[in-house]
Formats: sequence, structure tokens, C-alpha cells
Amino acid sequence: MLGIELPPFLIFYLGALIALVGGATWRGPALIVVVVVSALNLWQLPSGFGLETQLMGMALKPIHIDRLSLLFGYLFHIAALISVIYSLHIKDKTQQVAAMLYAGSALGAVFAGDLLTLFIFWEMLAVTSVFLIWARRTDTAYSAGMRYLIIQVISGLLLLVGIILYFKQNGSLMFTEIGLDSIASWFMFLAFGIKCAFPFFHNWLTDAYPEATPTGTVFLSAFTTKVAVYAMARGFPGTEMLVYIGATMACFPIFFAVIENDLRRVLAYSLVNQLGFMMVGIGIGTELGINGAVAHAFNDVIFKGLLFMSMGAVLYRTGRINGSELGGLYKSMPKTAILCIVGAASISAFPLFSGFVSKSMIMSAALKEHFNIVWLLLLFASAGVFHHAGIKIPYFAFFAHDSGIRCKEAPWNMLLAMSIAATLCLAIGIFPQLLYQHLPFPTDYSAYDVSHILTQTQLLFFSALAFVWLNLKGMYPPELPSTNLDFDWIYRRPLPRLINACGRLVNRVDLTIRSRIMSIGNTLEQRLAALNSGEGVFSRTISISSMAAWMVTLLALLLIIRFF
Amino acid sequence: MSHSQDFFDRPETLRWILRSLYAICAVLFGLDFVIHRHSVHPWEGLYGFYPVYGFIGCVVLVLVAKWMRKGLMRGEDYYQQVNQSAKEETHAGD
Repeated sequence: MLGIELPPFLIFYLGALIALVGGATWRGPALIVVVVVSALNLWQLPSGFGLETQLMGMALKPIHIDRLSLLFGYLFHIAALISVIYSLHIKDKTQQVAAMLYAGSALGAVFAGDLLTLFIFWEMLAVTSVFLIWARRTDTAYSAGMRYLIIQVISGLLLLVGIILYFKQNGSLMFTEIGLDSIASWFMFLAFGIKCAFPFFHNWLTDAYPEATPTGTVFLSAFTTKVAVYAMARGFPGTEMLVYIGATMACFPIFFAVIENDLRRVLAYSLVNQLGFMMVGIGIGTELGINGAVAHAFNDVIFKGLLFMSMGAVLYRTGRINGSELGGLYKSMPKTAILCIVGAASISAFPLFSGFVSKSMIMSAALKEHFNIVWLLLLFASAGVFHHAGIKIPYFAFFAHDSGIRCKEAPWNMLLAMSIAATLCLAIGIFPQLLYQHLPFPTDYSAYDVSHILTQTQLLFFSALAFVWLNLKGMYPPELPSTNLDFDWIYRRPLPRLINACGRLVNRVDLTIRSRIMSIGNTLEQRLAALNSGEGVFSRTISISSMAAWMVTLLALLLIIRFF
Repeated sequence: MSHSQDFFDRPETLRWILRSLYAICAVLFGLDFVIHRHSVHPWEGLYGFYPVYGFIGCVVLVLVAKWMRKGLMRGEDYYQQVNQSAKEETHAGD
């Protein structure tokens, strides 16, 4: 259609260039055009499109398109379009350039046919996205961004080590199924796992995402973790350990989400929870499991994006995001409230909303493969999602007690972006075939049977009943201005202290040794000075005659020695 | 529109919402006895399994989270204070 076939990431990189040189007024609209052109380019690429090349004897395949990567490619275009519209009012060049490079890198990563290309875009994702955090231009954002960058780069380095070992072992760099059977694969598994927010590695997400700009978080929530999900689905499908890791990820963040005050941080915890569902699907590894994981990743980008957008709009208009300071905003921002509720219903997997058609695939896959305990945990996590993301987010922001804040409704571009996302949530929820037909494996799965609908509705309504009951009994924990310690505490408090203490110890030992040596030197110098001064041995005056006598004795001695 | 602006603040609205919720819950629970569900997991076939599991799950979730606060909750500027004292330390070190 365009007559030329370009690698999918390239148009976004060109878009970054346009954002860099463009004038403030037309930069925003130009980026929308860039995304649309890029989507058209991807759409018209022939199915076997790919690039192959050689580098120092290694066969590389920088571009490789198949069903799995293509779905993520389309998803990233939808996410980019929504995010660009959402941030149309932004005049900040840093954010616009970073966002384009970031989205382009995500495309580069999912269309990478070899591991080296994957690594390059993997690191590009880290380096470009951190500017969306720093663009908030606060001290907390700066240090959160720094921690984020360090962890992301560590993930990249682990990937690089894994790739080098893998190449030595297999002599190939093609990115196909890897499987957990060698040290090399463990390195890569861990690298993917860090970006998938595995337990103990999840804090880069909950720490940094809530510190980014209102628009930056929307971009961030779409790309990094989903590239990681894609990489996991391609490299490690059917790795049973992922089922248990995923079940843990689905469960533990919901406890933190219940007591967290920063509503965008609640969503960040809920993102980890949703990634848990995807990990379980990939770990199960059957066609249904993988389809479920990929479908859920697709839906999650849209409904989580919608929720982040609604909270971003609240932050943008009120300057506040803590549950303890908000409430009653439905009076000022009714449209945002309704759109937020659509997102909340989708993430909670209400029938007719998008979460329902993908989450039930993963649940069915777990039951089918007899992961019974995991299934129970996922069911608990499903109820928990509704509790913290479905009820808590809209309730404390838009209802609850009236905070007295009166502000304007969100700007039109934000409302438009949120409406597109909400429409997609409903469209996929009502017509799941729209999504199912693009999944990696052909499927005749049907989410809408009586049992599914009834049981899910029962689960959700009785969770709501629990919320109401706890509230009426006064047992629901109030929103409190607070910081809750999570694993990041280790590297934000004791570890720096330990390092400081070690530094001080080294300093002290160094000081002691230096002062000892100095004092020994000083004593020596003093002794020497004493020898040279006043009555010292070296300052005595000796007569020339005695000198001559000593010389004669010396020469005589030499003469005697010579004779023997 | 003027009266709808504070629609959710009126006690009768709240009462109406709660009553509908109770009614829906009762109907959903009742449907378990009418509709034959297919089940895979051994517990799934029990009457009222999903409603009871959802309700108890959420209560446990909230109570455990509340209990976690005792150990994990710190002041809002907890980490900022750390930064502040660290900065002072380095300045003192200079």
C-alpha cells in the first residue's frame, strides 16, 4: 500500500526524530500520524517478511514476523496510539522523544528474530523509558528512576551473559524456544523474569511507575512488561516453575494493594498480579494456556492503560493521587469516573468486559492440567483483583467521603484516549472472536457458557458483599498517608547502610594503617635527625690525623686480604 | 442535572444500592440450586462454593493486609528521611 516495506520499529524512531526537531504546536498531532503510518506499514507487510544478515560469521535475523510477534506488534500500535492521544496536550520534548523511542524499541524487541537484536532493544527499552520517569522532575522521581535503570540494565547484562553462553553451546543466535536446561538458559530466564516482575524483582515496577509523569506511566505500563511476557512465551513455554512463580505473583501483591495509599501504586501492584496470571498460562504451556496468557497480555495493556489514564487524569487535574486525599470526584469528573469503572470492570473480569474472556482461558487451562491448588490461588487472586482494582480505585477516587476538591473534567484528548480504550474493553468482551482469531494457536474456546458466567458473577458479587460488610462493620482499613515496606526496603535501607558501614570500616582501617606507617616514618626521621644534630654520631668533629690513621689502617687491611 | 450531582451522597441512594446488591447476591446464590453447572475441580460442585470462597477470600485478604500494616507501615516520608540523613552525612564527611 505504501509501496515500501520498512522494519516496524524504524518509523517510530523516525517519529522520535520528528519530535526532536518539530515545533511545539504540531509535534503532538505529528506523532499520531507517525503511529498510524507505522500501523499501516505493519499491516501491509507480507506474512513472511523478514531480514537476515551476517555479523562476524554469526547468522542474524533482525526482523522476524510470525503470529505471536504480530499480535504483540498490533497491540503495541494500539497502545502507542492511545498513549499519544492521551498525551497530546504535553509540550515536553523530552517525554515525546523518549516515548517514541521507547515504543519503537518495544516493536524492535518483539520482532527480533535473533537474541542479539533482542538484547539491543531490551537495553534500549530501559534507557529510553527512564526519561519518562525523570520527566516528572522531582527528587523522588530522579532516585526512583535511577533504581529503575540500574535494575533494568542488570536484566540486560544477565541476558547478554546468557546469550554469549548460549551461542558457545549451540552455535546459533536464533530466538526460538530455549527451555530451562543449561546455565545459559537460566541467565536468560532470570533476565526475562526481572522484567516480568518476578517476586523479589518486582519492586522496580511498584517503585518507579507511580513516580513517572501522568502520561509517562501510561506508556510505561504498556510496553516493558509485555515485551518480557512475549519473550517468556517464546523462550520458555511449558516451564512448570512458571506456574508456581505466577501463582505467587498473582497472590502476594493484592495484600500490598489493599493497604497502599498511592492509587497509581495500587495499580502497579495490580499489574504484577495480572502478570502472575500470564506467567501461569505460559508455564502451563498448552495451546489454551499460551493463548490465554497472550490474550490476557493484550487485554491487560488496554484495561490497565485505561485505569492508569483515569488516575493520571485525576493527578493532572487535582495534583493529588493518594486515596486519603481524594474522594467525591464523580461530581467534578463524571466522565472520567465512568471510564474508570469500565476499566475496573474489565480488570475484574466481569462478563461482557475484556478481562473475562482472557482470564477464564488461563483458569480453564489450569483446571484442565490439574493444577488444582494453583487454580484455587488464582480464584482467590481474581476475587482480590476485584477488591483492590475493581472497587478500591474508583471508590476512593470518585466516591467515598467528599474530599471537597472541585476541579475541571479531564481534557478532551485524555477523554478521547480513555474512550477508545473503554470501547476496546467492551468490544473484546462482547465479541471475543475479534481477539481469539489473532491468537498464536487456532482456538474454538468459548468463554460464554452458563457455568462460567454464573460462577464468575457469584465470585465478584460476593467479593463486593465482603467489601460492603467490612465497611459497615468498620473493619475496612482506612486510607492512610504512609509508606509500606516491600522488598525494595532491602536495597533502599539496610543495603546502603551496610555499604556505608563497610565504607567507613575500610576508611578507618586505611586511616589506621596510614597513620601507623606515618608514625614509623616520623620516628625514623626523628632518629636520623638526632644522629645528625648536636651530639649525634654523624655531627661529631673528628681530627684529620685520626682520619688519616683510619685510612691507612683500611688500606693495610685491603693489602692483607689481597695476599690471601 | 443539578440534583444528580450529589446523587451518591444521599442516604436513600446508598440504601437503594445496598438493597439491590443484597438482592442480586441472594438470587445468584439461589441460582446454584437451579442451574446445573459443569465442574472439574472437586470443590467446584459444592453448592455455594464460589460465593462462599469469594466472600471468605476477600475478608481474609483485608484482615491479613490490615495485620501486615502493623509490621510494614511507616511514615509517608520514610525514604525521604533516609535520603535527607544520608545527604547530611555526606556533607558532614566533606
